[in-house]
Amino acid sequence: MKASRTARAFQYVALLVYMVFLGFPLVWMLSTSFKPPREMVEIHPTLIPHNPTLDNYVEAFTEQELGRAALNSLQVSLASAVLTVLIALPAAYALARFKTKLGTAALGWVLLSQLFPFVLLVIPLFLILRQVDLVNTHAGLILVYVVWALPFALWMLQGFVRNIPRELEEAAAVDGATRLQVLRRVVAPLLAPGVVATSLFAFISAWNEFFFALVLLKSPDLATLPVTLARFVGVEGIARLGPLAAGSLMATIPSLIFFAFLQRRLTSGSLAGAVKG
Amino acid sequence: MTTLAEAPSANKPDYKARARSDRTTIYLLLLPALLPIVVLSVIPLMRGIYLGFTDARAGRNVDTNFTGVENYRELMNDDLFWSAFRIGLVWAFAVTILQFVLAFGLALLLSQPLKFRGFARVMALVPWAMPPVIVGIMWRLVYHPDAGLLNEVLYRGGAEGLQHNWLGDFSTALPAVIMVGVWSGMPQTTIVLLAGLSGVPRELHEAAAVDGATAWQRFRSVTVPSLMPVIVAITSLDFIWNFNSFGLVYVLTAGGPGGRTMLPMLFAYEEAFRYGNYGYAAALGNVMVVIIVALLAVYLRRRLREANA
Repeated sequence: MKASRTARAFQYVALLVYMVFLGFPLVWMLSTSFKPPREMVEIHPTLIPHNPTLDNYVEAFTEQELGRAALNSLQVSLASAVLTVLIALPAAYALARFKTKLGTAALGWVLLSQLFPFVLLVIPLFLILRQVDLVNTHAGLILVYVVWALPFALWMLQGFVRNIPRELEEAAAVDGATRLQVLRRVVAPLLAPGVVATSLFAFISAWNEFFFALVLLKSPDLATLPVTLARFVGVEGIARLGPLAAGSLMATIPSLIFFAFLQRRLTSGSLAGAVKG
Repeated sequence: MTTLAEAPSANKPDYKARARSDRTTIYLLLLPALLPIVVLSVIPLMRGIYLGFTDARAGRNVDTNFTGVENYRELMNDDLFWSAFRIGLVWAFAVTILQFVLAFGLALLLSQPLKFRGFARVMALVPWAMPPVIVGIMWRLVYHPDAGLLNEVLYRGGAEGLQHNWLGDFSTALPAVIMVGVWSGMPQTTIVLLAGLSGVPRELHEAAAVDGATAWQRFRSVTVPSLMPVIVAITSLDFIWNFNSFGLVYVLTAGGPGGRTMLPMLFAYEEAFRYGNYGYAAALGNVMVVIIVALLAVYLRRRLREANA
């Protein structure tokens, strides 16, 4: 079907409006991050800074609190990603290759748990972690993140397992390999891309997470990047907006990499769905 | 107990032994994932639901007593709760509906053979790639009364009279945060609808076009009906996510000004972690679950009836 010329023109205009709407806040933050403090207090701010500067980035980078928070975030997110994949890998294999009631129950739980607001989860989690002295520790937060990322990681990984031809495994089994050997020697190497995608997902969900980190970590020394940035918002003067914008942009880089990596899959629809926004 | 989907060597004599050892292996494989989910997700949620019927408070040596429906009676008489509840409904409905309408439009555009479509598809993902806290910070920069983009655009456009302290004004705060909510949730909805659109059979469209249906008629009688299951699923999910949302508004306004953007989750957070009223906050969580389930039940039943009519 061919759209008429006017219809086509209208479509391009609409698309342009969408792109401006989706893109302009980011462009504005980018512009703010290059402005020296003097330009922040101008009555009429401009899109293109008069005297662009990298000072904000330098300041955000060397700011002690932000640097420490970035390190904390890195540590927590890396540990969560590694643990999530280590735990999810065997289970995803079992879910993909065998139909068990346990597996169905686990997936049902994943869907059901979407209904519950975080308060219902975070208060008891807080109490449980306090009993084992894990409140206000990175270990406690990592545990929570692993459990939080597990359901989707399981779902993602089992999809990758399904794509590995069963015949390969059966051939190895006929040659006398045990199940665990099959898993290690045949399945694991073929799963590498899936493992990368899943660990990136777990890394990003930990890197971006705010609520649990806010509740479970009390000392500023331990706070992760989103919590520290949110705290800056509360006390910022107008001159501090520049470093805040710069720090925020740098904190977005890991997720941008993740989405660039998955972009094709996402827009083709094969991964759409269960990622919680 | 366990049903095996496959029997790799069904005709071999050691099949039974193999199946038994397989079953042990399955449980060994599943255990490391199931155990943490049970301990840190299932059990806490059950306990959270139970806490809603107690007078649990913060502090290590405080006794917790079962109080039945006391919390709920208190909620009924709590003006702040009703206000948060109303704001939560306005927020969730407005964001979900606007998100759906805008995302549907974008998905339709992206499914057309336009130039720059690849670029536009990447751009459509941008809000999703940003952590909620950063989205909040970014929009604060846009709404900033002095250094903000929005007021400056209004000034340049000669609409100086429309300038506002967007997030600080009683009348504009809620619409302003709703706009951010729409922005940040658009990618998920767009992508799901786009995936759905690619599944609409081309022949149906062509047949309708041959029969002389206009684009609008085709949209109404071909596109929408075949997308209905996808539409119902994504709007339901969006509604749940929006009703339970927290981080974005916490960073934007922290519930202010004067409680005008105090969503139920923000209210519950304050009750639990500022005032230490765990039981009360959990009760509020329970009420929210009941409301969501009730609303979804009505919505899904109506859709189901329409589908069967």
